[in-house]
Formats: sequence, structure tokens, C-alpha cells
Amino acid sequence: MKINSVKIISLLFFVLSAFYLYTAHQIQVFAFDEGAPFNAKTFPIYLGYAGMFFSGLKIVLPDQKPIEVDPTYLEFKKTILLVLTMIVYGATILKVGFFLSTSLFLVFSYYFLGERRWKYIIIFSFPFVAIFMYLLHGVLAVYLRDPLLKYIGIMG
Amino acid sequence: MIEGILIGLKTALSFQNLMMVMIGCFAGTIIGMLPGLGPMTAIALMIPITYGFDPATGLILMAGVYYGAVFGGSTSSILINAPGVPGTVATSFDGYPMAQQGKAGKALAIAAYSSFAGGTISAIFLLIAAPSLSKVSLSFRSPDYFGLMILGLTAVAAFSSKGNFLKAMMMCVLGLMLASVGQDTLSDIPRFTFNTMNLSDGISFVLVVMATFAMSEALTIIIKGNDPAKAAKQISLTDLGSIKVNKEETKQMAATIPRSSVLGFIIGVLPGAGATIASFLAYGMERNFVKSEEKEKFGKGSVQGLSAPETANNAACSGSFVPLLTLGIPGSGTTAVMLGALLGFGIQPGPRLYETNPDIFWSVIMSMYIGMVVLLILNLPLIPYIARILAVPRTFLIPMILFFSVTGIYLMSFNNFDIFLMIGIAVVATILRLYDFPMPPLILAFVLGGLMEENLRRSLLISDGSWSFLWDRPLTICILIAILLIIAWQLYGSFRKKS
Repeated sequence: MKINSVKIISLLFFVLSAFYLYTAHQIQVFAFDEGAPFNAKTFPIYLGYAGMFFSGLKIVLPDQKPIEVDPTYLEFKKTILLVLTMIVYGATILKVGFFLSTSLFLVFSYYFLGERRWKYIIIFSFPFVAIFMYLLHGVLAVYLRDPLLKYIGIMG
Repeated sequence: MIEGILIGLKTALSFQNLMMVMIGCFAGTIIGMLPGLGPMTAIALMIPITYGFDPATGLILMAGVYYGAVFGGSTSSILINAPGVPGTVATSFDGYPMAQQGKAGKALAIAAYSSFAGGTISAIFLLIAAPSLSKVSLSFRSPDYFGLMILGLTAVAAFSSKGNFLKAMMMCVLGLMLASVGQDTLSDIPRFTFNTMNLSDGISFVLVVMATFAMSEALTIIIKGNDPAKAAKQISLTDLGSIKVNKEETKQMAATIPRSSVLGFIIGVLPGAGATIASFLAYGMERNFVKSEEKEKFGKGSVQGLSAPETANNAACSGSFVPLLTLGIPGSGTTAVMLGALLGFGIQPGPRLYETNPDIFWSVIMSMYIGMVVLLILNLPLIPYIARILAVPRTFLIPMILFFSVTGIYLMSFNNFDIFLMIGIAVVATILRLYDFPMPPLILAFVLGGLMEENLRRSLLISDGSWSFLWDRPLTICILIAILLIIAWQLYGSFRKKS
């Protein structure tokens, strides 16, 4: 049996299914439901076994279509930067407000992906978000929390 | 039925709904045109918007997006040989050579006319088949539904990703596991919430769709270093040539369209098969039907080679609505997304939909046809302009997709936790995609999870905990045999490879 990335992912899935099965057994059901033909943990228990069965087969059986991804051709740096930018965006959107956090998210994302034409970076961030907000908040009456704009007095 | 058609027409032809079809077709074409982004992503991005409308309007918008995205996928296949979705791969076999010969406009027109004809014929089939099947499916019981759902999942796993059956089944189980998070529907007992209030309502369907499609597709484009705009720079997107189709070509299409429509519709109705298999089969079938001198042209710009897959993939799209509307069981990833959206509206598709919500049932069917007309009269002349979207660099495209994904979830929950969860699922989905783990089975399973558990609960309670419900009724036995045959066939393939 050849160990490759797909087998490792399958092994991780096997462990996840085993953990899921263990957690399914821990679900507290009502006393009168304990011996019932079906209760809140019945379906998850079957799922746990199904996950272990299919991932177990994937580990044991040979790959029909072996796939190896050459990491040298993958753009890890850009992807990680983008994911981190999204996490920061997610963390600040409620506190800083929609307008500033979204505009900055777009500016940094364009920049990290290699865009250097600042004219377009600016047009497709701050004014773009302002128009988007106007459409949502002003036209469609969708509430957008923005403490910053509220503090300045732009938003009610 | 006539009454139903009139109700559907009345709803679909209201000003608001007509606008929605147009907007949907237009937005779907733009998104579907971008390589890597298919109908599922297009619909996923639209879901938060549809929740602002009534169910019929929301569904009409999504149906428009669906058809637009399929048409858009064909456009990128023909113009830059980069199919947006697997369903349009066969289109590129003859569409791209035609574009290289300077006949891009003609190839797009043939694709549009074939799509229109295929969609029209299959919409008529749908009109006839859906109400009849709805009446038949009223006799279905919980064990049959449970069996049908398992059949749907195994069929999607078997057909949607050839050679990846076990990977697809793992994705099905993962989808069902994600669906089981939150309070149990009957007893309200929390499951897999890890004492977090944020998970007590379960994981949002929109969140999972956005994460596994829109967001992870964007991240996959970045990590693989693909740039769709590079291919677009190699051809002129402003001068696509004439869109006129001559008599000889029309004659060739007229022979191809009826048979490809029938084949596409039948394949579309089957769970899991869908547009990809339909288009390849139609291409293969057409190659066997034509004369030997025409056969030589296949792969070099044949009119029939382009018309057949285009007709079939559109017919299959209509066909895939049959199990969704009549049984409430989606046969493909895209219709699974639509089912999720319907459930979000509080509507349960199935045989009763025909009686309880005739306006929705019929207006969706009628809007499909209207969508076809819109695509033909609006999108075809606008293609030279819409095609410029292919030149948008990924430096702008990807952040926009991520922005719409995050905003979609933020507007629904106003909760940081959901955004972080979405990013986490998207990262995992991106890694899984790199190693060819298919995502449509995950979505299908996630949507069906609750319904499956409910039907299993009823079946087990009726049979007092015995699994004999699986062979008590002839219909359930037939479904069970079909499931076992699919699994045995797939596992035999794996073992044979080993030996």
C-alpha cells in the first residue's frame, strides 16, 4: 500500500468519524427515549460507522486515479495572506463597521494578489463599497451595522 | 393542467418576476462565464438576495441564474476553451475550433439556438412529466423516500465523479455529519454543539454552500495560480464574427436537436447523471448518427458536434427539476442548492407542492421557458460585450467573490462566528478540492440530511426498530436493489483495479 496525500486525508477522515461516533454516543437523550427504536443519537451513530467504513476502504484499497499535487506549483503565500485578511475582516466587521473594514479588506486583497494600479484599487474599494452600502441600506432597506459611520453622523 | 399553466404564466409574467428572470439570466451568464465558477456558485451567491423576495420570485431568479450560468459556461468553452462547468466540456470539442477559425459568433449562435431548442423541448416534457409523476409519488411512503435519498446520494457519488466513488461517499457522509449539528428536530436535544450557542441552530445552508463553492473555488483559483483572463487575452473579445447561421447549418441542427433533447431530458431526470453525462453521451451518439464525411469534422468545428452537447446539457437542466419538484429529492448538486433555498423559504418540495403551492410549481416551470427566450433575445446580441468580463483580472475578481461571500453571511447572521466558520470550511474544502474530493455530493447530503433522518425515524418507528421496512414493499426493494447494484459496481471497479 502506497502512502500518499489522499490516504492521509482518508486517515484523518477516519479519525474524525471515530471522534464523531464517540461524541454521538455521548449525546444525552431523555430517559424514556433511551430504549426507543429511534432517538436523537441513532442517525449520528450510523453516520459515524458509515464514515469509518468508507474512509477505511479508501485507506485499504488502491487509488483508481492517483493524484499528487506538486506543492512547488502552489501559491501558498498569496492564499495564506488572503485567508488571514479574511479572518481580520471577519473579526473587525462588527466593531469597526461595514464600510471601513470592507474597503480595507478589498484594498489589501487586491494588493496581496499583485494588483499595483492604485487608481483601480481605490475605485473598486471605497467608492464601490459606498455604492453597495447605499443600495443595500438606502434602497433595499437592509440594515448594516456601522458604528463608525454612525459616530460620524452619516448613518442613522 | 391548463389552469396550472395559466397560473404559472400569470406569476412568471408579472413585471417583477420578468425582471428577475432577466437579471438572473444576465448575472448567471456573467458568473457562469468565469472559468471555475459554475451554476452552483452563481446560485449560492444569489441565495442571500432571494431571501428578500417571496418564494416564487426567489425561485424564478435562481432558475434564471441557473440557465444563464449554463449558457455562460458554454461561452467560455467556445471562446477560450476553458469550460466553466464540466457540463460544457463537450461544447469546447467543436466550439473552440470554430472560434479559432474566426467563427466565434457563429459558434455562440449555434450554442444559443441549440440551448434554446433543447430547453424548449425539455420544458414541454417537464410540463407533461412533472404533474403525472407528482400524482404517482403521492403513493410513496417514508421507507421509499429514505431509499430514494440513499439512491440519490450513491448515484451522485457514482456518476458525478468517475473513479472517485469512495471519495464522493466520504463527502456524502461529511455533508450528513455537518447537517446533524444543532438541536434534534423532534426532541430539541443539542447534538455536536460543544456547548456553543452559535451552533445550537445548526450550520446555515447558505454558509456551507458559500464556503464549499464560491469561497473555495476562489481560493482554488489562487492556490493553483490560474488566471482566466490570460486565456481571454489570446482572442479578440470585441470582434467575434457574424452570428448568422446559414440554411445548411440550420438543417444539420434540426436533425440533431430532437434526439439530443430526448436523451438529455431522460439523463437529467436520473439522479446523479445530469448535464455532464448528457452532453458527452449526446456528443457520442451524434457522432454515430452522422455520415462518415461529417464524422471526420467532429473535433474540428462540426455544427452537429457543437449542437448536440449544447442541446443535451440544457435539456438535462430541465430534466433535473423533475425529481426536485415531484419527489422533493434533488438529482444534482445544483438542484440540491435550490432545494436548500426552498426549505429556507419554508417550502417543502414534493408531490404536495403541486397541490399546495401551484403558483410556485407552475411559475418555476414557466419561468424556465421565459428564461430561454431571454437568453436568446437578450444575451446573444450582448455576448461581445458580456464576453469582456473574461478579461477581468483575478486580482479584482477573487476579492469580489470573497467579498460577496462574506457579506452574504454577514447580512444573514451579523455574527463573527459564522464568518470564521465559513472561512474554516472553505479552507478545508479547498484542500479537499486539490485532491479531487468532489463537493456536489457534500451539498446534496447536507440538504438531504434532515429529511433523511426524518424518514428513517418514521420508518424505524413504524417497523418497531426493525430494518425490515427496506424489503416490505416492492418499490422499496427495487430502490434497494438499485442502490446495492451501484455500490457493488463501484466497489468491484476498485477491487478489479487492485487485482
